[in-house]
Amino acid sequence: MIFTGKVWKFGDNIDTDAIIPARYLNTSDPVQLAAHCMEDADPDFVKKMKSGDIILGGENFGCGSSREHAPIAIKASGISCVVAKSFARIFYRNAFNMGLPIFESKELADAIAEGKEITIDSTRGIITVEGSDQQFAISPIPPFMEQLIADGGLMKHIAKK
Amino acid sequence: MGNTITEKILMAHAGLSEISAGQLINARVDIALGNDITAPIAIREFRAAGGQKVFDRDKVALVLDHFTPNKDISSAQQCKTVREFAAEHGITHFYEGGQVGVEHALLPEQGIVLPGDLVIGADSHTCTYGALGAFATGVGSTDLAAAMLTGELWFKVPSSIKFVVYGKMPKWVSGKDLILNIIGRIGVDGALYQAMEFTGETILNLPMADRLSMANMAIEAGAKNGIFAPDAITEEYVKPRARRPYKFYASDADAVYSQVIEIDAGKLEPQVAFPHLPSNVKGISQAGNVKIDQSLIGSCTNGRIEDLRIAAGILKNRKASSGVRLIVVPATPFIYRQALQEGLLEIFLNADAVISPPSCGACLGGHLGILAEGERSIATTNRNFVGRMGHPKSEVYLASPAVAAASAVLGRIASPEEL
Ligand code: SF4
Repeated sequence: MIFTGKVWKFGDNIDTDAIIPARYLNTSDPVQLAAHCMEDADPDFVKKMKSGDIILGGENFGCGSSREHAPIAIKASGISCVVAKSFARIFYRNAFNMGLPIFESKELADAIAEGKEITIDSTRGIITVEGSDQQFAISPIPPFMEQLIADGGLMKHIAKK
Repeated sequence: MGNTITEKILMAHAGLSEISAGQLINARVDIALGNDITAPIAIREFRAAGGQKVFDRDKVALVLDHFTPNKDISSAQQCKTVREFAAEHGITHFYEGGQVGVEHALLPEQGIVLPGDLVIGADSHTCTYGALGAFATGVGSTDLAAAMLTGELWFKVPSSIKFVVYGKMPKWVSGKDLILNIIGRIGVDGALYQAMEFTGETILNLPMADRLSMANMAIEAGAKNGIFAPDAITEEYVKPRARRPYKFYASDADAVYSQVIEIDAGKLEPQVAFPHLPSNVKGISQAGNVKIDQSLIGSCTNGRIEDLRIAAGILKNRKASSGVRLIVVPATPFIYRQALQEGLLEIFLNADAVISPPSCGACLGGHLGILAEGERSIATTNRNFVGRMGHPKSEVYLASPAVAAASAVLGRIASPEEL
């Protein structure tokens, strides 16, 4: 998989209340959730971002609640994938289970500024920064998890079996 | 090489004779839990995958506790979806209306989760049941859908951090203070992907209510699960409630841990987590003068009868300070009734408290206690993220029921010692 997009930066410990506040959880409609994506971290995020853009987080991205509404909101907003230094474990599971691509890179977040365009080549495990010769490695994904993404998420994976 | 209690429970449920940290396994699930927020997505996924029947109607628990009593039309729709699914599949453990309690208080109380179980729940605080010596972990809605369909789920075996707690906890110090202190030490990702195993002489004497509060907040350190080896205290709690067999597991003496952390509980004072992270913890003596608008006593962390007794002990013959909304939320109908019979509700009413029905409402900023811009609440809950209890510019301070009650009386964050 190859993703190219503009980067929106967020800090450490971006929690699921920041990604999609609980006050909007009275629905699971992806379109309604997407309208409030990242609202409590950056109220204008949805207005500013474009389809195909990439979220770049720090440590422990997605901590807090188990709400799958968080990766749903991100995916439905048009964000193509999330790169972070590390992910909270339920968010990590949810992303793979529902087919939202996520990548771990310890270095990227500190090395580039918001607004940079990056290309992620998940097969080669490399992130390149447009207009520079900077390259960053992404942590390899276990084969089982790769299979989940390839199958389109956990339920499709089970159906296939 | 020996195994930890977490590894042993996973090993038994995966049908393996060996296991090690980092391994990906497929394991059998004893109880799969969902609520009115997470179950609707799981049901959608379950149906989309062509699911006709849940794997075992006795092993699925559906609890409508978050936006109930229904706060608006959308939440009513969500509850309806779950109710219809529960009826269609004859789900044994379906709770709503006057039977519903906050799920993580309800399931142990009703004997639905037991020692040695492997429990998954589409709610992050599912880790609470580790207090009983179960492996219990929060997952997403798709995981719940998969478990409801197949009775199994994939897991990565976590390594374990061992906490050895010693010393006698001083007056007004509880399991809540201990876990807040631990999260303050190791941070909100201090146990990321790992199990937190609580041991030591202090833990051996720790009542079940305190163990439940501690295991409940393991997720706040990023942990996959928190766990206590079951013992006589567990047996006493579980025996009258269990309607099926259960099993006690214990870590081997030569089990491998990623870290061992020792804590002297004798030196602790009541703890307060300042906004906006559960790890932003200070001792009460360092809290300074923080005025509050609301005090919330309840939730799956501290809404049990033991918590209400402590709060009532402090609030007896006292009133909430003018300008402070005191909200008390008994976590289950059983607890509500106990509080009524013991005269605690009378004490709360006399203290000018609002008594809420059992609900998650205020804890997640859903309803029944939302904060306005600039307002502050002390709360016995488990999360104080930005916007957790209402406006993004409101603040939540986490503490024990004793501190929340004393603070309500004094109108600022305070120790019960000050009364
Ligand atoms: S009481 Fe709060 S933390 Fe517990 S399950 Fe309900 S919303 Fe979640």
